[in-house]
Amino acid sequence: MKRIRLSKTNRINFATYGGVILAYAVLQFLNGGGMLSSTIRGQLVPICAYVTMALSLNLTVGVLGELSLGHAGFMSVGAFAGAVAAAALPITSDPLRLAASMVIAALAAAITGTLVGIPVLRLNGDYLAIVTLAFGQIIKSIVENLYIGIDDRGLHASFLENRIIFRDGGRMILNGAMGVNGIAKISSFTAGFVLVMLVLVVIFNLVDSRAGRAIMALRDNRIAAESVGIPVTKYKLMAFVISAAMAGAAGALFALGQNTITANKFDFNTSILILVFVVLGGQGNMWGSILAATFLTVLPETKAMRGLADYRMLVYAVVLILVMLATNNPTIQDFINTKFRKKKKKGGAVK
Amino acid sequence: MLIFLNHLINGISLGSVYAIIALGYTMVYGIAKMLNFAHGDVIMVGAYICFFSVSSFQLPPAVGVLLAVIACTALGIVIERLAYKPLRQATSLAVLITAIGVSYFLQNGAQLLWTSNIKMFPSFFSSEPIALFGGELKITIAAIVTVLACVVIMLGLTWFTGQTKMGKAMRACSEDKGAAQLMGINVNATISMTFAIGSALAAIAGVLFCSVYPTLTPTTGSMPGIKAFTAAVFGGIGSIPGALLGGVLLGIIEIFAGAYISTQMSNAIVFAVLIVVLLVRPTGLLGKQIREKV
Amino acid sequence: MKKFLALVLALVMTLALAACGGGDGQKDGSGAAIKIGGVGPLTGGAAIYGNAAKGGAEIAAEEINALGGLQIDLRYEDDAHDPEKSVNAYNSLKDWGMQVFLGSVTSGPGAATAAESNGDHMFYLTPSASSTDVIGGVANPLTGSVDIPRRDNVFQMCFVDPDQGAYSAQYISDNSLGSKIAVIYKNDDIYSTGIYNSFAAKAAELGLNIVSTTTFTTDSQTDFSVQISDAKNNGADLVYLPTYYEANALILTQANASGYTPKYFGVDGMDGILSVTGFDTSLAEGVMLLTPFSADAEDQRTKSFVSKYVEKYGDTPNQFAADAYDCVYAIYEALKDEDVSSATSASDMCDLLMGKFTSGSFTFTGLTGENMTWDASGAVSKYPKGMYIQNGAYVGMD
Repeated sequence: MKRIRLSKTNRINFATYGGVILAYAVLQFLNGGGMLSSTIRGQLVPICAYVTMALSLNLTVGVLGELSLGHAGFMSVGAFAGAVAAAALPITSDPLRLAASMVIAALAAAITGTLVGIPVLRLNGDYLAIVTLAFGQIIKSIVENLYIGIDDRGLHASFLENRIIFRDGGRMILNGAMGVNGIAKISSFTAGFVLVMLVLVVIFNLVDSRAGRAIMALRDNRIAAESVGIPVTKYKLMAFVISAAMAGAAGALFALGQNTITANKFDFNTSILILVFVVLGGQGNMWGSILAATFLTVLPETKAMRGLADYRMLVYAVVLILVMLATNNPTIQDFINTKFRKKKKKGGAVK
Repeated sequence: MLIFLNHLINGISLGSVYAIIALGYTMVYGIAKMLNFAHGDVIMVGAYICFFSVSSFQLPPAVGVLLAVIACTALGIVIERLAYKPLRQATSLAVLITAIGVSYFLQNGAQLLWTSNIKMFPSFFSSEPIALFGGELKITIAAIVTVLACVVIMLGLTWFTGQTKMGKAMRACSEDKGAAQLMGINVNATISMTFAIGSALAAIAGVLFCSVYPTLTPTTGSMPGIKAFTAAVFGGIGSIPGALLGGVLLGIIEIFAGAYISTQMSNAIVFAVLIVVLLVRPTGLLGKQIREKV
Repeated sequence: MKKFLALVLALVMTLALAACGGGDGQKDGSGAAIKIGGVGPLTGGAAIYGNAAKGGAEIAAEEINALGGLQIDLRYEDDAHDPEKSVNAYNSLKDWGMQVFLGSVTSGPGAATAAESNGDHMFYLTPSASSTDVIGGVANPLTGSVDIPRRDNVFQMCFVDPDQGAYSAQYISDNSLGSKIAVIYKNDDIYSTGIYNSFAAKAAELGLNIVSTTTFTTDSQTDFSVQISDAKNNGADLVYLPTYYEANALILTQANASGYTPKYFGVDGMDGILSVTGFDTSLAEGVMLLTPFSADAEDQRTKSFVSKYVEKYGDTPNQFAADAYDCVYAIYEALKDEDVSSATSASDMCDLLMGKFTSGSFTFTGLTGENMTWDASGAVSKYPKGMYIQNGAYVGMD
């Protein structure tokens, strides 16, 4: 870093790193002092997983500019691959086993991402969205009918019907629709923090690279990008697969922080929830995704919201609508622009 | 052969329900260019209103349906006014997320108002099915009514968007909002009108859906909503005949996949077929091939 | 300046997170009442079960508090039938100061909160999470492997799923109820799959003739024509439905419309079908089911419970409500003569209750069973009771 003056992008990037590190340090400090409630402590790992999911989807939606409604499918692949790997890998050290499981999960999701991406990325807009939704549903159906068990001979798998026969001492890991049960919780907040930082490093460097500029050129004007010789499929697939791999790692982090995971956790609603994080935080805006994911994950569990009892989810819905209206309100946008930015954004309401 | 016919009839019956919901989806999408994920929940509200008018207030079914249509139209206008209209200039994704917020709101509101206990929707039509081939093949009246209603609504919408002044205004807005405004069309009013029609259709869809599949809960609308959205895309979103075709085909594929392959994987097979179709025809079966301007 | 904004927002977020932790260990001033918490789906697709359990438990708590002795402070939190949110809800109850846990209402979330409470040594008595994954230590009926070790703090008020499956198969075989049997089960549901697996294992052992096995999922829970015609075309004269009544009501209606009228055999999830608003109960005539509770029972206690429930919530209670009602009473019975107060730690409470429940001398009579006992396995000594529906009411099968 020879330049003394950082570019605006770089300043935002470093602020994002700094913010994440600061949040981690403060929370670790409070946790060490026993000042966090059980609710918050229980949510630290899921928050990291959701933040990673939001970042990874932001790569697809914000940077690549393609709407995906099946992102939870990749999280699912990662979660189940990670849970099976963690149960099967003969590594005694928990952090190492977690890291290895996350790598395997990311690989599994990347392979799925490639298989899905090659046909899907030929489509555009809402048609692409519906196909990703369809893949999410297919992945769910497959996992719901998959049985994996382990005994001293290794892993056994069976599809549609559980035909696994164990020798003594065997046990089921993935039990079809009943999911994986009794997972040893080896995910930690630190692991989650490391994953979020890693994902940020990858995204920021990708965006700032030659490949990243090609991807954004595709987003802004595919035809123009194509005409200057940017290979569309290659770069689209690249962004898509990286995004899927990150979602896979997030899935493993999530799964190994839960006791139980089932396939229907990663359904259409979860895909939508992740999309809400991205849109609320701003497409292409990484720190926005981090904040939105954290805010919306914590919000329904806060004391104030729990205190609303029956009205909790109704209020949640209202908050969601109001936040969307407020962040897209021209008056409020202008206010923020004049307050926090030197230059007022050009162009008004008329296109 | 009879078994095959039986599955075919069941498929058409299921598909026509998807189709009738998909018509509402496609209508709103075609003109307002937004995916109204709350559409399925408006269906649920319509069904509840009809249910209560008929069961609790002992009103005749026709009045129940009419009340449901009026209430849903009003609901559609209110939702549009409060939640979607302020976002006219925002990205389509922002509107999509707001629609999801509205969907959560309607589901949870319905639960608070009407509890989560299931209600069995009264059957408006004779429960005695029509028997063919000496009773080997049975078709319920509700299924026939749904198919007919579907065709009538499709024809009605095609006529409306093609022939009437309002319909032409809608098509103009769909083509180019800016140009439509310059031609003196009130774009805002036209879009509000689209929502009103879409919601009225949702009420009818809700009543018909619950007549064929009579369990009613606050989440009744969500899965059929997603399936109908899939059907609309399958047929080419924005295309009115496409929604009908997509819905019916989706229903038939779902039933055949369950009957001849595996009930466990039927959902996966439906979506796999959808993917294959979209790869061959990237804008759906009857979708317009949009030429991109350079 | 965006950086500044980001930093400020990040700080606010962190502080907000920390502020949420402020209430840790804080005890509200509701006197010496024992804090009992429960988790269940109060919103979403499974809300019907959670709200029923919550209602039943609330009635029990009100009755107990009116007695004047040991007081109960009851609180239910929503998990939307999601294991992750179930653990969040459990944690928020812990922050509230919960001393005894009524567990989760549904099985998937139940397995998650059971594992969590096991780590905390919090007593756990679930009304209705009937999967063996909740209590642990039970062999998988298909593979014979014990996939989850026993969680010693976890007890159930409902009978465990495999018992129901095996019992149904035995009953059908003993009474030769069907020469050709069809099964329709929900294969993305732990409860339904759990019963089906043990039914299938037992049916194979007994040589029952299963001619059709079909499934459905939450996503395809509207049209059952494929399942029904498969059963019909294979000539099944008995349809076994290890599923909940909301799906069963549709299956019965659709089968009737297609002119198929076999005998039906359901499990405890079938209970409630008669009280569905607008359901044509003549369709359910002759349906057999296993249930521990019937809202039509003539005994004084059931009658009083049903009338209170109807008055308070406007609906007829189902077995979830009755099981939760019994859970609160069982905990009350076990604690009423003990020296406990709001100051007793959850862990001491757990030791005390575990000792009581596994002592062999503790018996409990409630709405869902008489002289129920528990042992170290966590399962209740309550056996499925066969009933059939006649003239819109339950009649004992034996």
